[in-house]
Amino acid sequence: MSAVATAAPPPVERVRRRRWTSFILPVFTGAMIFYLASPVFLMVLYGFNDLAGERQVARFTCCTLVWWRQMFELPDLNRALRTSLTVAFPSAIAATALGTFIGLVLGRYRFSGRAVLNFVIFLAIAIPEIVLGSALLSMYVQVNEMRPFGATVPLGYTSILLSHISFSIAFVAITVRARVQGLDRTLENAAQDLFATPAVAFWRVTLPLILPGVVAGFLLAFVLSLDDFVITNFVNGQTDTFPTWVFGTSKIGVPPQVNVWGTVLFLAGVLTAGVSLAQAYRRRTGRAA
Amino acid sequence: MPEVDVRLERVTKRFGEVVAVDDLSLDIAEGEFFSLLGPSGCGKTTTLRMIGGFEDPTMGTVYLGGRDVTDLPPYRRDVNTVFQSYALFPHLNVFENVAFGLRRRKVPKDEIATRVREAMRLVDLEGFEERRPAQMSGGQQQRVALARALVNRPKVLLLDEPLGALDLKLRKQMQLELKRIQQEVGITFIYVTHDQEEAMTMSNRIAVMRHGRIEQLGEPEAVYENPATEFVAGFLGASNLLEGEVKETNGSGLATVLLTAGPSVRLPVDRLPAGATGRVKVGVRPEKVSIAPEGEAGPADRNTVTGRVTMSTYIGVSHQFKVQTAGGAELTVYVQNLGAERSPAQGESVVLTWKPEHTFAVEPQEDLTSEEDEG
Repeated sequence: MSAVATAAPPPVERVRRRRWTSFILPVFTGAMIFYLASPVFLMVLYGFNDLAGERQVARFTCCTLVWWRQMFELPDLNRALRTSLTVAFPSAIAATALGTFIGLVLGRYRFSGRAVLNFVIFLAIAIPEIVLGSALLSMYVQVNEMRPFGATVPLGYTSILLSHISFSIAFVAITVRARVQGLDRTLENAAQDLFATPAVAFWRVTLPLILPGVVAGFLLAFVLSLDDFVITNFVNGQTDTFPTWVFGTSKIGVPPQVNVWGTVLFLAGVLTAGVSLAQAYRRRTGRAA
Repeated sequence: MPEVDVRLERVTKRFGEVVAVDDLSLDIAEGEFFSLLGPSGCGKTTTLRMIGGFEDPTMGTVYLGGRDVTDLPPYRRDVNTVFQSYALFPHLNVFENVAFGLRRRKVPKDEIATRVREAMRLVDLEGFEERRPAQMSGGQQQRVALARALVNRPKVLLLDEPLGALDLKLRKQMQLELKRIQQEVGITFIYVTHDQEEAMTMSNRIAVMRHGRIEQLGEPEAVYENPATEFVAGFLGASNLLEGEVKETNGSGLATVLLTAGPSVRLPVDRLPAGATGRVKVGVRPEKVSIAPEGEAGPADRNTVTGRVTMSTYIGVSHQFKVQTAGGAELTVYVQNLGAERSPAQGESVVLTWKPEHTFAVEPQEDLTSEEDEG
């Protein structure tokens, strides 16, 4: 056999031609990135706009750091930002706690009412915010009128917080549910087999394994809260959050600090995404976390 | 007789309408390697899960070491399980996986380290402590699962088809390994499998299960050589079953059965199913049958049937023949490949002979066909 092979002519070298179709994907990808990123790029850029007045204008003049230096100089903006953060943290924590339980229950158990609960979760996401916002407002007004058990929901911080918790729960629940459904139930059997009580099995096995889902749910809830305008605008009373305040100023011209703060929030998001990517990479390559 | 370690007393488990385990009683001795063998859906895994505490019996009682544990949850039972899927904790490294049970029992730290190291040595995985389960092969994960269970020194180790996911060669190797480990640690092993060869290789005793009941319980040899039912005869190895009718039981301890498909054969009286007088199925294992060209009459004290070779297969260690008898029955014959004899060709007329004491008889079971391919 080998003698025949050496006698035969060498194999024909094949030149792979690059067809024009192979450029579709890179070109399309580039175009998408540009389309999605250009508003963000503009926002960052306009944070350095060297303008005469105190309100943003369309013409860009390069460049100044004054708005970065003066990012805390607008008391109303500071107050709105503080409100946004003091709503976002507790509302994300509460929504994560409640949503995680719902996600666990939905992903794990078959029970009567499961379909209903699934549907309600779906509704909570699908319902237009404008509808939810006006419904929440009328509910709070009703409660303040009727005072059941003496309870009231003052319009402002409390009503914003409660509203944000309520619309975030559903998002946490579906993120956690997906994770729970991918979970191997025998792992919990194994934990119990190894002398873990159900509570210990949950803390030591179930929770660590669904933690990526819980964290993702928390971040989602946090961002949703920080970002929400429509519902907040219904229920906020006299209190402004960052989005409602920005919207208010947009009628007379947005101060350049808004671009600065937008950049800061954007960078925080990029940082979080980077950390989570690194975490995922480390987990995949198996180095100790 | 060593002490009884695990006792099931009239245990039944129903899932809705389905009876998974049906009034099953069982004693397993301390230090025994005991196998529950049967096709899928026979109730063997459910039985195991009831011993482990993962299923509550609908009726009956489970005893571990003489103590009623029927109402105890898994984490309060002194048994550990090797799961079919291994169920290693993916977020913990191998050391923490193995140490999991010890930590739950608040064993002191340095003792944990010692015992984990010991367990890793037992399963031949020293140096793998820092790995994650996902970084190991199926065979290694299997060993981790074994170490994780054994490190707790349970009274009983439950194994639910632990070798099912391994390839054939590794499986054979692990069978011997498991047997060695069991002898080394002396713990009672209860082993669930649908692989009859696996069960026979390792077990002291085998319970062959079907429809939630035990069809036969005994040592591998007894179960193989003298199956109690047609199902057991068919499930453990190949067997030739020929219909016939019991004609006489003479004084010399041999009974005569007239085969529907031809001649009569003899077998020891005690091989007849208890109280059988009418129709039975007579069986003989393929490797017990000798094959010879027609006309070469064997010794008169052997059972003899004639037929024609319909298929001849060369398997290496043996030749395998299918022989159609004059009466229409088909027999399988294995002849060890000693390289000496000329083997009969397809279409050739042959004489099959075997010893009466290699013959067994079972009562015909009508409902076998539907489940033959399930396992």
